Amino acid sequence: MTEPSRYPGYDVLAKRDTPSWNAKTREIIAQRLAVPDAPRFFSTEEWPIADALCRRILPQTDEADAVCLVAQLDAKLLADHGDGFRKESMPYMGEAWRRGLAAINEEAKSRHSDRGFAVLTDQERDTLLLSMQRGEVKGNRWARLDAKTFFERRILVDVPALYYAHPKAWNEIGFGGPASPRGYLRLDGNRLDPWEAVEAESGDEHHAERDNGHVV
Amino acid sequence: MNTTPNGIMGMSSDPRQQPRATAGRAPDIFRKGGWVPMREYRESEAVDFVIVGTGAGGGTLGALLAEQGFSVIAFEAGGYFRPMEDFASDETAQNQLYWTDKRVLDGPNPIKMGGNNSGKAVGGSTVHYAMVALRFRPEWFKSRTTLGYGADWPISWEEMWHYYAIAERQISISGPLTYPWGPKRPRYPYRAHELNTAGKLLAKGCEAIGIDWTETPLATLSAPHAGPEGNSPPCAYRGFCRFGCTTNAKRSALTVWIPRALAAGAEVRDLAMVGRIEMGPDGRATGVQYHRNGGWHFQRAKNVVVAGYAVETPRLLLNSANDRYPDGLANGSGLVGKNLMTQTNAAVWGRMDEPVRWYKGPPSLAITEHWNYDDNKDFYGGYCWMGQGPLPIEWMSVLTGARGLWGDELRSAMLDYNHMIGVKMVGEMLPNEANRVTLADDIDQYGLRVARITYAWGENDKALVQHSLEQMGASIQAIGAKDMFRQEDDTCHLGGTARMGNDPNTSVVDADCRSWDIPNLWVCDGSVFPTVGGVNPSLTIQAIAIRTAHQISKLAAAGEL
Repeated sequence: MTEPSRYPGYDVLAKRDTPSWNAKTREIIAQRLAVPDAPRFFSTEEWPIADALCRRILPQTDEADAVCLVAQLDAKLLADHGDGFRKESMPYMGEAWRRGLAAINEEAKSRHSDRGFAVLTDQERDTLLLSMQRGEVKGNRWARLDAKTFFERRILVDVPALYYAHPKAWNEIGFGGPASPRGYLRLDGNRLDPWEAVEAESGDEHHAERDNGHVV
Repeated sequence: MNTTPNGIMGMSSDPRQQPRATAGRAPDIFRKGGWVPMREYRESEAVDFVIVGTGAGGGTLGALLAEQGFSVIAFEAGGYFRPMEDFASDETAQNQLYWTDKRVLDGPNPIKMGGNNSGKAVGGSTVHYAMVALRFRPEWFKSRTTLGYGADWPISWEEMWHYYAIAERQISISGPLTYPWGPKRPRYPYRAHELNTAGKLLAKGCEAIGIDWTETPLATLSAPHAGPEGNSPPCAYRGFCRFGCTTNAKRSALTVWIPRALAAGAEVRDLAMVGRIEMGPDGRATGVQYHRNGGWHFQRAKNVVVAGYAVETPRLLLNSANDRYPDGLANGSGLVGKNLMTQTNAAVWGRMDEPVRWYKGPPSLAITEHWNYDDNKDFYGGYCWMGQGPLPIEWMSVLTGARGLWGDELRSAMLDYNHMIGVKMVGEMLPNEANRVTLADDIDQYGLRVARITYAWGENDKALVQHSLEQMGASIQAIGAKDMFRQEDDTCHLGGTARMGNDPNTSVVDADCRSWDIPNLWVCDGSVFPTVGGVNPSLTIQAIAIRTAHQISKLAAAGEL
């Protein structure tokens, strides 16, 4: 994304030691930010496929502070931290991911002269993913896992949620973030507590940036 | 006590790993690190009531039976959380409150399980409910007779009105001075909460299309509370209600009923999964097999109350099948697990020029019940709609689920987060025996067969949703919402898998929640609903539980237990 920040200078982590963050929140966010950038659930073969997938589902091209979503996905699957149920036609979450990544890679190879998903161009990856979303992929490689269901019920459920669980995303959309025990005194959308993100108005970004430096 | 090879007792204080209600004490959730004394019963002692589940049904009934002097053990498969210490202010981490054990979904319209419809914690799903505390429309208690659909309840609306009033007082509901729909009701005990912008815009939208709205009656305090169960502060408008309230302003079974149950001598067994109800040769239940601390145990009981909600309740009754009852317990009618209902939860969303910032405050501060009380429509049933305040991950799931967005489109759409509004229905779905809970072959972590949940929408359900989408859409279009879109297939609360009635052939339990087949086996939760109505069910479940407690005291006095 090349848009300028709507909430310039807002950093939800600046509130970490304010009454908006209780100890448990500090603990779990610290864990989230410390997730190791290495496979524990995924195999070394699965990791680059999953990484390439995450980078297309939630692109953070050239962003220095990009969130490593494949690491977050690996941690989620390792902890089996999901919704628990399965549709009759689907396996449970971890197995669905293993089958899904294998099928995506085989689909890529069959379409692109044996090049795996991880080495496709962004355009080629998006085309493949879109055909999954539209239910247009067929063949034996999808016999044990319906591509459209996997795309809609696993990929789109699991991957974007990892990004919007991250403080970077909260800064981007101007979300107040953790709010415990301190919540909010001013409930109106256009009346802000001092610990809320100020949205920039065109031509007045400096004002917003100054206020966002003091969200305490 | 059986232990695992690793020795459970040495592990961390994670309430999901280690029981906390032990050694004669239970957590005092109102004081950090505090404890309250707890009476404990021997497994060989046949207690008056074993209650399976501690939510809106089981928690309420447990407290009231203990206060009558009965010996009570309340079993809970989930952990005993201390909200002020254990709850993070975070959508993802608080997934810990939902029932995420294995389940199999099938049918044309599988019900998405999780935060919208299940809980696994002391207090059940009330720990993460949105606190919306509504009464049924009176006619719904005789919907077959008066409105021509569904099934009649065996209880009159006048009697339910009496129990609703008790429930509202004891839970300290915050609500409006006068309620626009239905027969007169008493003033709500606490004043209504201030509206956030999402609530004000709902009101403006309703006025624009000429229908009434009001402040939503909510089970969160609008002023300090001091009661026998403990002291709670007023709501701090954190907006994380559906992820657990860290201040105890929320009035849940965990903050209202469980402390009363403990004070009255009930025992709570947390992290105790009941897997089977045992039967004696005399046709009465003798107690329950339950899993705790790594092994199976048997607790004797004079009465067993199942209060696990509309999936786990029938699952337990079916998993308790034996030679005498091969189709499961209390299933002479064949209706255990059948007539599962969810409620439609469709929404219309749009973007406002002005900032809304719906993350502040409880999500549903304003409501219209207009279409619950207006019968000028060509389908059965009703619905309400409420203002919304999804946090980022929930909002993202609307954009991915309803619009299929991903990639740059998704990130770009998410930038409008602080300008979005939405109105979302709670809609009545009709009972249908083909919608049901049965047993799947999958096995869960306790070695028990899991629930298979089969669901299909009927034509009436679809017509009701379409009507609501048009009405909701008109209301926010009239106030300037832009780029509107519909979320059509979401669902929320459950009911119906052990319905109550007047006839043993067409119901599982009687009006007192007592099973027709086994005199000392009861069901007390949303499973007993013959119809679900177009409002959130928690207040009705609690009113039914209060009534059941009163009926049990009468039956006991008459020697009829």
